[in-house]
Order: sequence, then structure tokens, then C-alpha cells
Amino acid sequence: MSTDGYNEMYANGGALRPHYEAFAEWLANTPVERLVRKRAEADTAFRRVGITFAVYGEEAGTERLIPFDVIPRIIPAAEWQALEAGLHQRVRTLNAFLHDIYHDQEILRAGRIPADQVLNNAQFRKEMMGIDVPAGIYAHIAGVDIVRAGAGESYVLEDNLRVPSGVSYMIEDRKMMMRLFPELFSRHMIAPVQHYPDMLLENLRTVAPKGVANPTVVLLTPGAYNSAYFEHTFLAQQMGIELVEGRDLFVSNEQVFMRTTQGPRQVDVIYRRIDDDFLDPLVFNRDSMLGVPGLLAAYRAGHVTLANAIGTGVADDKSIYPYVPEMIRFYLGEEPLLNNVPTWMLRKPDDLRYVLDHLSELVVKEVHGAGGYGMLVGPASTRAEIEAFRARIVATPEKYIAQPTLALSSCPTFVETGIAPRHIDLRPFVLSGKRVGMVPGGLTRVALREGSLVVNSSQGGGTKDTWVLEN
Amino acid sequence: MLSRTADHLYWMARYTERAENLARLLDVSYQMSLVPQSLASQNENWRALLALNSLEDAFAVSYGEVNVENVLRFMVCDPANPSSIYSCLRVARENAHAVRGTMTAEMWESVNATWIELRQQDFEHILARGVSEFFDWVKLRSAVIRGVTFGTMLKDDALHFIRLGGLIERGDNTARTLDMQYHILRQNDDEGASDFYRWGSLLRSLSAFQVYRKVYRDAIVPARVAELLILRMDMPRSLHACADGIVRMLQLIANDSSAETERLAGVLHARLHFGRIEEVLAEGLHEYLTDYMDRIYELGEGISRDFLIAS
Repeated sequence: MSTDGYNEMYANGGALRPHYEAFAEWLANTPVERLVRKRAEADTAFRRVGITFAVYGEEAGTERLIPFDVIPRIIPAAEWQALEAGLHQRVRTLNAFLHDIYHDQEILRAGRIPADQVLNNAQFRKEMMGIDVPAGIYAHIAGVDIVRAGAGESYVLEDNLRVPSGVSYMIEDRKMMMRLFPELFSRHMIAPVQHYPDMLLENLRTVAPKGVANPTVVLLTPGAYNSAYFEHTFLAQQMGIELVEGRDLFVSNEQVFMRTTQGPRQVDVIYRRIDDDFLDPLVFNRDSMLGVPGLLAAYRAGHVTLANAIGTGVADDKSIYPYVPEMIRFYLGEEPLLNNVPTWMLRKPDDLRYVLDHLSELVVKEVHGAGGYGMLVGPASTRAEIEAFRARIVATPEKYIAQPTLALSSCPTFVETGIAPRHIDLRPFVLSGKRVGMVPGGLTRVALREGSLVVNSSQGGGTKDTWVLEN
Repeated sequence: MLSRTADHLYWMARYTERAENLARLLDVSYQMSLVPQSLASQNENWRALLALNSLEDAFAVSYGEVNVENVLRFMVCDPANPSSIYSCLRVARENAHAVRGTMTAEMWESVNATWIELRQQDFEHILARGVSEFFDWVKLRSAVIRGVTFGTMLKDDALHFIRLGGLIERGDNTARTLDMQYHILRQNDDEGASDFYRWGSLLRSLSAFQVYRKVYRDAIVPARVAELLILRMDMPRSLHACADGIVRMLQLIANDSSAETERLAGVLHARLHFGRIEEVLAEGLHEYLTDYMDRIYELGEGISRDFLIAS
């Protein structure tokens, strides 16, 4: 794979790709000063609205803006249709896998995945064994990270099935682009995304416990100091549902209630943005102040739906990821439409040996890590950093996987030095309930530092509006 | 609505109102300090202001001498003083942040923008060059937040709890301001000429100067000032108007356990509704105001118990 990678706007040789033609013409006629002014306007607006995220490890309550780039990432209709079909297939499979391993474990018995990889996984929740969840859906909301590499082929980098975030930026970025450059929207047929909260609410309502005609849905947040708190408030408000903290809920008679100014009110569906470990101090982390004592009992009794379900982490774990193509064949009898990134599992001696010999070329990730923390990007690391990481791998190889350093595709981005290519990824949000659905596009994250491949906001990444063009 | 949400909205409103009233109180005190008088009596007035807010000890710890510069610094911009305007607006914003999803976008933005602008203020410059402009800014921001609240929010419980918080706080603050001025006036009997300015400043601080002229068409007489600020139903910052609003809000949010709080509010309202200023003055203005503040405090406790601390 070439290190330059695929450019979303220009073909090799510098010719403009057709789906960027109208935009390029607009850009050529737009003075840089206008872009500077509009970017400042966006910053002011985002700060005033408080579209910020908290950064862990910095002073408590520190809020930062996620940089917003004024140049959109454009996806032609045909490309999106292919992606959509692949996402559909993948998320259906992952839900089937979750249902299977918490029931009959056919895939393990068939020997397609080593049983110990699943059963001894820290994310496998034995408390979920035999529980029937509404519609058999576990991952109601999936944020699947997709990158393009090589000649433009798509790879799934991660299936985020726990509490994926970022969808509020997708919507706010679109709102911002429409405010800054309305003329662009009359020149392009851009598929809308702002109805996501309606789809989400509808999706959550379809998975309410049986017999509940008009379910009460709430969003459970860890609170105002969580890094994604803005998104929690945003979604709750957009859906018109209560934003609750653990202390607002209590369980009585295996039913969940919220404390209101008019007394207790029963809750049927909880869109929870709290990790499994903190949900119920009676069962999981005993010190958790964020959860609700007795919640698991109410859940097991079928009196409340949790979205996502408990125990979805076992399906997006990096040690399980290599088996997803096999799952697709096993459950659907189909060939995978989306590529997996080739992955070395360092618990295997052969893989470990190879990776240790090629550390400077590879990306090494902690199996349970997330958010760009605890990873080594070989080509971007100093010799000392590589050696330090080597020691950690050798100590506990089973904690790591390695992948080739993908030359992520790049997209023109407005940075300090002007317009220059920067690496991007894409996180579409896939909703599963009675049906599987998604809004066209997703959140495009961009690594603002030149050459950087890390797009996470906690590591200096920004976002772009993502346009799926309609035919 | 969620009890915790109601709690945040209620306290957001209280702290916003408190910041505004502090600005009003400090402004009138500052204006009065410009009226010719002995330095000793001037500093005595500032001491009274600290006492009114039970802040003498906290002040003594970090400042020592009571004078205009120190008290203003302490009450305007000292982040270590939980009662400073700075702290009030910070707490208001923190409460709003915790429940920003329950208010309109415009409302959250007006609260957040207030906090952002506050942090950009050059307080050394403000303290050196005159604080009135800053007080005007605080009042204006409070008015903006109030206007956006009433102009954009659905008339549901969220709005009722915001209004309730504002009314409780305002009633308490009007009573405090009046009580403090009365206290100072009583001590300064020999400086009679300044009384006119003192009562005039008091009225201005409550946006009541022109109202007084319009209502009474007469010279400024303490008994009428008291009547205007205590008993007049049509005076938006009067004790009567606040009690009236509190009764109405409590009716709107009533639940199974709030009957006693409603009754207490009704009693307070009746005293103001049917009271006469002669009786108030005969009882003693200070005693009357103290009793009022006690009752407001009791109502605040009742509201917390009935609605905000979930059972």
C-alpha cells in the first residue's frame, strides 16, 4: 500500500473526481479570507452553543472544541449504497452472533471461533446467558469505523457496539455547513441526516418490553463531566425524552422508575450511555455511583430494555474482530461485503514473532483499548517508543493485536498552511430494532496534524460534514 | 419532570436572580458611598452589607480592612467567595449545564454566553474605573436570560420551577435590601439631608424610582417607599408581587405532598394582600422584614422537600 494513499477529491495524476466537480468550482471562486471568516464564525457558534467535549486527564471540567473543518467529505451515491449494504450485513451478523453466544453457542460448537476466545473474554457477560431480549437485538446502535486504503477499497477498522458516540457532531456539522455556506446546498443534492434522532427514538420504541403500548424511553448519562455529555443532552432533547442519571432511577418490584416532581414514573426503555461495569452496583462494579441498584434484575425479568444490551463488548472486542468475516458466512451464508483489516493476534506465537520483527511498520493496539489510547503507530514512532512498547508486548502478548499501517485515504482540509490533504475515517451509525436502518453518511473524523493517522478527538482530531450525494 | 432536573432549573434561576440583585444592592451601596459622609459611617455601611449576607467572617479571613475597594473586590469577582457575583453566575451556569437539554437552545446559549463574557471581563479595570457599568451588564444579562426564558420556553413545569426559583430569590433580596437601608437610615438620623438620596438610590436600585413618582406623584417619604416595595401588587419586585407569583407557581406544580407548603405560601400572601403599611410600621419594619425572610426561607425548605429531593 502506498504511503500517499487514496485521495478522495483527486485521482492519481491530479484529475478531479466527478463527485467533487461542483464543489471544486465553488472552492476556486471562494477567497481564502471567506473561509477564514467562516471558520471563525463556526468556532464562535460551537463555543456559544457549548458543543464541546471534556478531556480526560486534564483539569476537571475542562471543555474543548472539536475542530470543525469547513471542507466537506463527499461520497457518491453508488459508493454509499455499497457501504450501506455491507454495514447492514455486518450489523445483522453481529447481533446474530450475540444472540447465539448468549444462548446455544452454535458457532463455538461448530468450531468456527475458539470457545475460549469468547467465554474467557472479559467482555463476555455470563449474566446474559439465556436472557431473551426484544426482537433478539443486542446492538441497537452501532458505530462502525470505516477507512479507505490502498486504491480506495473500504475496510472496517472497528465495530463499536457498546456506547458509540459522535452522532451529534454529524448533525451539528451539517447544521453548521448549511448556515455557513447555504449556496452549496442548492448546487448539490445532499442526502439529509437531521432526522437521525427520530429514527433512533422510533428504533428504541420498537424494542420496548412486550405489552407496553406507549413506552417511556429515557437516556441514561454518567453526568455532566462525561466527555460525551453534550451528545447526551443533545439526543435527549432532540428525541424529547428525559436525560437521567443513575440517582434519578430506582428499582422496585423488578421495575424501573424515575423520580419526578409528580412522584415515581415507570421507565420502559433505557438508552444507556454508561458502560456495562457501572450499570448496577449490585452485580458489576460495586463502587459505581453512576448506576442503578437492581437494574440487572429488572432487565432479566424483561421489565425494561437496555440499549445497547449488556455484554455487547464481546462482539466488538479486538480479539473477536478477526472472526467477523467467518461469522457472516456462518450466520448468513453470505460472503462479506466489507473488508476486514488483516490482523495478527499476538497470543499466537507465529504472529507474535512476525510482529516483533516488524514493529516499525505496524500498528499495535491493546485488545481492550479504545479512543486511540494505548496504541503504537510504528512508522510514526521513535525507536525508543517502539522499544518501550516492545517490552509491554513481550510481557503480555495476549493483550495485543497488530495490523498493517493502513495508508488512510485523505481529503482536502483547511489547515493553517492553507488547503492540504489530511487523513480521514468514517463512522456511520447503524440502528437495529425491528429493522436495520441508518442515515446516509456518518461522522467523518480528520487527523489535523500532517501525516497523522490518528483521528480520535482525544488525540487532536477534527470533524467534517459528510455528504452522500443523491442521484 | 425529573426532581433533579427541577432542582437544577430552580437553582439556576435563583443564582441568576441573586447575581442581579447583588448587582443592584452593590450599585446602590456604591452610589450612596459617593454621597458626602464621614469615612467611618461609609465603611459602616459596607460592614452592614457584609453582615446582611453573613459574610463578615469569610471577608475578614482574606481581606481584613472593610473599605469600598475590598468589599467590591470580594463581592464582585472573588471566585473564593461563594456569594460573589462571579460565583453566582458560575453556579447558575453549572446548573444550566447539567440540564441544558431541558431548556431551549436560545436559553442555554444566553446563560452560557453570560458566563463566557464574564470570564473575559477585566476586573482590575472594572474595579479601578468604576463598577456601575459592570453592574449594568449583570442586570442586562439577567434581563436577557429572563426574556429568552419567557419568550422561548414551553409553559410547562420546567418554566414553573424556573419562575418559582426567581420569585423566591427576588422576594428575599428585596426584603434584604430594604432591611439594610432601613438599618443604615436609623443609625444616621443626624445626616437627615442624605436621606433623600438614600431612599432615592434604594428606589433606583429596584428600578422603582420612576414608578414611585408615577404612583405617588409626591416627595419621597419612607413610609411610601416601604409601601411600594412591600405591599404594592403591581410593583414587580415588591414582596407582595413575589408572594403572589409563588402562590400561583405552587398551584401549577402541586403534588400529593405539597399541601402544607401551599398553605404557608397562602398565609404569607394573605398577610401582604390584606396588610396596611401603618400596621407594618407599627410592628417595626425590621421585625416585619425579618419575619418575611424567615417565611421565605421556610417556603424554600418546603419546596426542596416536596419537589426537589426525590422520595
